[in-house]
Amino acid sequence: MSGSPLPRSAGMLWLLRPKIRTKITRARTSEGKLFKGLLLGFVGLFFWSLIFAVIFRMLLYFRGTQGIGDLLSSKLLGIAFITFLMILILSNIITALSTFFLSEDLELVVAAPVQAEKVYAARLIETVIDSSWMVGLMAVPLLTAYGAVYATDWKYYILAIATVIPFLIIPAVIGSGITLLLVNVFPARRTRDLLALIGLFAAAGVVAMFRFLRPERLMRPEEFRDLVDFVAVLRTPTSVWLPNEWAADALMSYLGGFFDWFPFLFLWSTAAASFVFGAWMHRRFYQAGFSRAQEGAEVQEGRERSAVLDRLLKNATPSTRGLVSKEIRIFFRDTTQWSQLILLGVLVAVYVYNITVLPLYTGEEVSFLLINVVSFLNLGLAGFVVAAIAARFVFPAMSIEGRMMWLLRSSPLDVRQLFWSKYWVGTVPLLVVALPLIVVTNIVLEASMFILVLTTVTMIGITFALTALALGLGALYPNYDTENVAEIPTSFGGLLFMMSAVTYLAGVVVLEAWPVYLFLQSRMQGGEAQVSMTPLILGVSGAALLTGLAVFVPLNAGVKRVRSIDF
Amino acid sequence: MSEEQGSEAEEADVIAPRDEARESRGLMLELKAVQKRYGGFTAVKSLDLAVPRGEIFGFLGPNGAGKTTTIRMVAGVLRPSGGQILVGGADLDEDPETAKSRVGYIPDRPFLYEKLSGGEFLRFVAGLWGREGDEVEARADRLLELFQLTPWKNELIESYSHGMRQKILISSALIHQPELIVVDEPMVGLDPRSARLLKNLMRTFVDNGGTVFLSTHTLEVAEALCDRIAIINQGEIIALGTMDELQSQSETGGAHLEEIFLKLTGGEAMVDVIQGLKEAIAR
Repeated sequence: MSGSPLPRSAGMLWLLRPKIRTKITRARTSEGKLFKGLLLGFVGLFFWSLIFAVIFRMLLYFRGTQGIGDLLSSKLLGIAFITFLMILILSNIITALSTFFLSEDLELVVAAPVQAEKVYAARLIETVIDSSWMVGLMAVPLLTAYGAVYATDWKYYILAIATVIPFLIIPAVIGSGITLLLVNVFPARRTRDLLALIGLFAAAGVVAMFRFLRPERLMRPEEFRDLVDFVAVLRTPTSVWLPNEWAADALMSYLGGFFDWFPFLFLWSTAAASFVFGAWMHRRFYQAGFSRAQEGAEVQEGRERSAVLDRLLKNATPSTRGLVSKEIRIFFRDTTQWSQLILLGVLVAVYVYNITVLPLYTGEEVSFLLINVVSFLNLGLAGFVVAAIAARFVFPAMSIEGRMMWLLRSSPLDVRQLFWSKYWVGTVPLLVVALPLIVVTNIVLEASMFILVLTTVTMIGITFALTALALGLGALYPNYDTENVAEIPTSFGGLLFMMSAVTYLAGVVVLEAWPVYLFLQSRMQGGEAQVSMTPLILGVSGAALLTGLAVFVPLNAGVKRVRSIDF
Repeated sequence: MSEEQGSEAEEADVIAPRDEARESRGLMLELKAVQKRYGGFTAVKSLDLAVPRGEIFGFLGPNGAGKTTTIRMVAGVLRPSGGQILVGGADLDEDPETAKSRVGYIPDRPFLYEKLSGGEFLRFVAGLWGREGDEVEARADRLLELFQLTPWKNELIESYSHGMRQKILISSALIHQPELIVVDEPMVGLDPRSARLLKNLMRTFVDNGGTVFLSTHTLEVAEALCDRIAIINQGEIIALGTMDELQSQSETGGAHLEEIFLKLTGGEAMVDVIQGLKEAIAR
C-alpha cells in the first residue's frame, strides 16, 4: 500500500524556537538596552564578587585549620549543594506546573502531532532554565572560589560545568514528575495553591534551620569546641544516595588531586536514567493530567467578608471601596500571593533573633554606644527589609492591572484615585510589618527612649516613601504582559526600585546620623546623654523633606505615565 | 397585562438607560477629525461621525481597517492623536469623567479578574461608575438571571466558559445603566440563543432611548440590526448611511450588505478568485 508519507513531527528544538525567538526579540527591542545591560552587569558583578569574597575568605580560613580543613571545605560544598538541591526541587515543582500544564501556548502544542518525548524534552529544558538560573548564577562564584583557593587548573572549571549540568537535570525530572502526579490527582489550579503552601513552609523551614544553626560561628576561632559540634551536626543531612553528595565528592576529589570518576559517572548516569523514566511517565500520564489541568472551578462563599470590609470603608467613595475590596479579595484568594506572608513572618522572626544574639554586652559605656548605634543603623536594615517586601507586593501592583486597563480606563475613574487606593492597600500592611520590626528590636536591645522615638517616627515616614517609590516606579517600568507576577520584581524596574530605595534609606540615615552622633557623644564625654535640638530639627526636617519628595515625585510620575500610555 | 408582557417590561427596565437619559435629545456620539497614529503608521485618518440618540450604529471594515482602534478611542481606552470625541456633548479629553460615565464598553478580547466571582465583578464595575447599594444588587441579580448566570453568581470567573465570560461582560456594561453601549464584535463566543438575546437586548436598549455603537464582521447581524452603517477602510470612512443609502452609494441596487462591503473594500477580486477556485475544483 502506498500513500503520502506522514509529515515528520516537529523536533524538540523546533518546540523551543518560539520561546527563544521571543527572548531574543524582547532583548533586542527593549528600550535603553545598553544602559539596562550595563546596570545589570554591574549589579551582577558586585554580588558575584561579594559571594566570591566571602567563600574565598572562609575557605582560606578552613585550609589554615590543621587536620579538618579539607573536611570543612568539603562539608561546606556539601551544604551548598544540598541547599541547591532542596531549592531546585521546590522550584522545579512550581515551575513545571506552568511549563507543562498552565502555559497559554500548550493548547497549540498538545493539539499538534508531536511525539510525547519531544514535548517532554522541550518542556524539561524550559523548566530547567526557568527554575535553575538563579542557582546556576550562585554556583559560579562558589565554585570559582574553590578553584582559586585550591589553585587548580582550567580542567577543574570544565569539570565544574560538567558536574552542574546533570545536577540541575535530576531535580528538574523529580520536580516535574511530582507535579505530573499531583496534577493527576488535583486540578492544576488547586495544585498550584497547594504547592505554593508546601513550598513556602519548606523554604521557611530551611531558612529557620540554617539561621538557628548559626553558621557565623564557623568564623570564630574562640568557639572551636562549638565548631566541632557543628561539623557533627552537618554530617547528618548528607547521604551517599543524594546527587548533592556525588557532585561535592566529584569536585573535591579533583581538587584533592585524585579524581574519583565514580561519583561523576553516577551523577550523569542517574540524570540520563531519570530523564528516560521521566519521559516514560510523561507519555503515560501527561494527557490525562493536562485534561484535568483545564478544570478548576471552585465555589466561593457569599458576602460575609465584604460586610466587614464595607464597614471599614464606610466613608470612602463607591469606586474607592470597590477598588480596595477587590485588591484585598484577589490577594487572599491567590494563594501564591498571600502564602508568602508565612515566609515573611519567618524572615522577620529570624531578623529579630539575629539582633538579639549580637554580642553587644561587653562593657558599660561601650555597650551604651553599641546598642544605640545598632538600634539606629537597624533603621536602615529594617528599611531594606520593608523595601524588599514592597518590591514583591507593591511594585507589581500596576503591572497586574495591565490586562484590566480596558475597564479601568473606560470607567469614569480618575487614575489618581486608582493610585491612592493601591497606595493605602500597600502602606497599611507594610506598616504592620515595619513598626514591630523597629519597636521590638529597640525594646530587645534596651535602646534609649530618644533612639526609640526617633527610629519609630522615621520608620513610619520610610514606609510611606518606600510604598510610593515602589508603586510609582512600578507604573513607570511596568510589565503588563506577564503571566507570572513573581517575575515582575526581578525586572529592570524592580532593580531600579531597589537601588532608589537603598539610596533613599542611606540619605535618611545620613541626615539623622548627625543628631544621633551628638546625642551619643554627650554621653561618651561623661554625664547624661543630651539631645541637641537644632541639629535634631534640621536632621529630621531634611529626612522629612526627602521622604516627601520620595512620596510625591514617583506617584505623580506614575500617574502621568499611566494616563499617557496606550493600552 | 399578561405574564409575558410583564417580564418583557421588566427586561426593558433592566436594560434601559437612566430615566434622565431617556428624555435627552440630540447627538449621543460625535467624532470630529479624529486620528490615531502609531509611530509612522496612521491607523485612523481624520474621522468625522455623528450618531444621534436612539440608534444602532454599525461600524464595519476589513481586518486592520481601524475599527477596533476607533472603538477603543470612543471607549476612552486609547487617546486620539488628534481631533475631538464628544459623548452626549461631553468632551472625552477635557471632561473624561462625565463622558465615560455615559458609556458601557464591551471589548472583543477582554481580560477579567479571574479571582473574583461573577457577582463581585458586577459590583466592582458598578462601583467604578460610582454606583452601589441595594439598587446595584437588584440590577446585578436581574442581569444574571437574564443571561442565565444566576447559578454561577458566586463562582470565580476563572471557571467560566468563553460564552459565560462574554455574558458577564455584557452584564457589566449594563450594570451602571449607560446611555451609549460601545461594543466590539458582540457575537463572538455566544450560542445562538444568547446571540438572539443580545440582539433583542440591543433593540430594547435603543427603543428606550439608548444608543449602540458596534463593530462586527458578521454582516448579517449588521444588516438586520443596524439603523445606519459606516464602512471604514484603511483608516477612512468610505461609505455611510442606511442600507438603502449604502446600496445607492455603491451602485448595487437591492444587494445585500456582503456584496456592498466587498465592492467598497476591494474584496471583489477575492470573490473572483473564490469563484475560479470553485470551478477548478468542480472540473
